Amino acid sequence: METGLGNVQIAEKPAGIEGAGFFATSLEKVVGLARKNSIWPLPFATSCCGIEFMATMGAHYDLARFGSERLSFSPRQADLLMVMGTIAKKMGPVLRQVYEQMAEPRWVLSVGACASSGGIFDTYSVLQGIDRIIPVDVYVPGCPPRPEQIIDGIIKIQHLVESESLRRRDSNEYKAMLNTYGIE
Amino acid sequence: MDVAQQDKILSLLGEKYADQILHAGTVFDFFTITLKKDKIVEVIRELYDHPETQFQYLTTLCGIHYPDLEQIAIMYQLHNLYTNVRLRLKIYLPVASPTVPTLTPVFAAANWMERETYDFYGVVFEGHPNLKRILNVDDMIIFPMRKEYPLEDQVRQDKNDSMFGR
Repeated sequence: METGLGNVQIAEKPAGIEGAGFFATSLEKVVGLARKNSIWPLPFATSCCGIEFMATMGAHYDLARFGSERLSFSPRQADLLMVMGTIAKKMGPVLRQVYEQMAEPRWVLSVGACASSGGIFDTYSVLQGIDRIIPVDVYVPGCPPRPEQIIDGIIKIQHLVESESLRRRDSNEYKAMLNTYGIE
Repeated sequence: MDVAQQDKILSLLGEKYADQILHAGTVFDFFTITLKKDKIVEVIRELYDHPETQFQYLTTLCGIHYPDLEQIAIMYQLHNLYTNVRLRLKIYLPVASPTVPTLTPVFAAANWMERETYDFYGVVFEGHPNLKRILNVDDMIIFPMRKEYPLEDQVRQDKNDSMFGR
């Protein structure tokens, strides 16, 4: 399609019925498309995975290409919580509070071995995976993962965001899932 | 520290506290005096005030668990900043009831160190102004540096012992 914007990539339009002067598709697909390409991540970086994240945001890898130009440092405006690094047990309640402060719909990306499972820190003071306190959508393995892997995780999140039903967050299953984490 | 200095410290302590000294000698290149626990604060105050010793800086204080002896040792490391002489004092407490008077009246710096020792070893410092956990989560129910508690987190499920040669 000729956009007059040079090499700028425009997101593919969803499947729908097209005619002269109109285009019809489901609201869900349009909302999914918009959400997918404007994810605001909240970086929760505690250690070396955070350094890889900085590389991911930098010019070489440039997460902005995927619509995540704008990092949100307030959980209330963020769509995606990116947990990168070792979470000590003492940090657990803080992470949980950050998650609870995020508005629905919200997603969680667990980056690296420590956030996903405790990693090498199999010890009394470290949380053995953030999924013990908050639900996680995508896990990125690695110690630490390369920026390519983090971008792969983001793309997996984008896929979830795009294809999620608009009513999922109102469903009883979703509420029951949150209840298993003790979140109202 | 040369032997003359060691003898001087020992003879100074011996004037008042000869009955408190259990052992003295160089352990791991560090002059160490093992004492009875009863008058430890008095002894340290004496070492602080006496013009010949002037151990007026508390480098560190920590616990050591000896499971075979069923004892917890408290190690005090003192430093004379005038002459750059260091001294280590050690007392032993029974693991069943590890209590010792607090050192905070002599060294304010002992406050956090004693909290840490309580946090990790469960040593009760009597008279401490604020004896509660300092590093670990408040709801922890164990004293993690005692040897009867495993280092690993027991909730971990992804580790197969056969892969770690155990």
